[in-house]
Amino acid sequence: MLTVTFNGQTQTLKHRLTVRDMLDYMGLAGKRVAVERNGHIVPRAEHGEILLHDGDSLEVIAAVGGG
Amino acid sequence: MQDPLIIAGRPYTSRLLVGTGKYKDFDETRLAMEASGAEIVTVAIRRTNIGQSAGEPSLLDYLPPSRYTYLPNTAGCYTAEDAVRTLRLARELLDGHALVKLEVLGDPNNLYPNMPETLKAARTLVNEGFDVMVYCSDDPIQARMLEDIGCVAVMPLASIIGSGMGILNPWNLRLIIDNAKVPVLVDAGVGTASDAAIAMELGCDAVLMNSAIAHARDPVLMAGAMRHAVRAGREAFLAGRMPRKLYMAEASSPATGMISPLGKAA
Repeated sequence: MLTVTFNGQTQTLKHRLTVRDMLDYMGLAGKRVAVERNGHIVPRAEHGEILLHDGDSLEVIAAVGGG
Repeated sequence: MQDPLIIAGRPYTSRLLVGTGKYKDFDETRLAMEASGAEIVTVAIRRTNIGQSAGEPSLLDYLPPSRYTYLPNTAGCYTAEDAVRTLRLARELLDGHALVKLEVLGDPNNLYPNMPETLKAARTLVNEGFDVMVYCSDDPIQARMLEDIGCVAVMPLASIIGSGMGILNPWNLRLIIDNAKVPVLVDAGVGTASDAAIAMELGCDAVLMNSAIAHARDPVLMAGAMRHAVRAGREAFLAGRMPRKLYMAEASSPATGMISPLGKAA
């Protein structure tokens, strides 16, 4: 078991996931998003490679209407 | 292209930049953007909704990148650090896109910019290769500092964000415009078409607005009005207004050749 923080919410995972698996798990498969892990950008090309660690903090953003 | 607006070396036909917030729905957003003629549209960067349904449309689906240049902003950021992180995420989101709008706020009630944090964020972003368009106070000294740092446009407020109070200090705007070598945009405060025209007549290079369109009774109609106002103001600026002659009337029609008054032979 490991826990990661996803946009401020704690998520408990049974086993380690890649960033891409985590996005799929959170219902964001195929969505245009950007990911920051522990304060550092994870480039899209690396989403399938980077494995999450216990205690990781993810910020996942999209573009919304704004001025 | 006649009289282009050039930002970071790239020419644009439209001198109206429009925000995509606060519309009724994405259809209205799209129609308003089209009616405005804007080529650059601002977007905000926010956390994705957790449990978002897979088929839910996103804003960018309604605004094709072939037609619009996105200008991601840092609205809602109160520190240089948050603003820089937000724009790094935006650059990743938009595949390396460098043109960004920096704003670092200082107060949640008046949304006035925190200029020390804005300057700090601007230095970091310029060093990292961003093309920074920066929301700022209408202080000509700080505007020059931002220009010296390497910002590609300075964007003083005309009045506070979302207030629609119009151009409150045209003299400060003129001080900034007269000294700047980068484009100067009025960002925030425009309420109606005449405000946009006044900004352009003052010599602003462009105007950025959101609420004035989104909060109009008919946003799409107002978007068209703003398009015309910005254009009219620009042309009036280029044409050069007549000098003001205070309390000195001057007829436009000839003073001679008038018909004679009745009952008097000329």
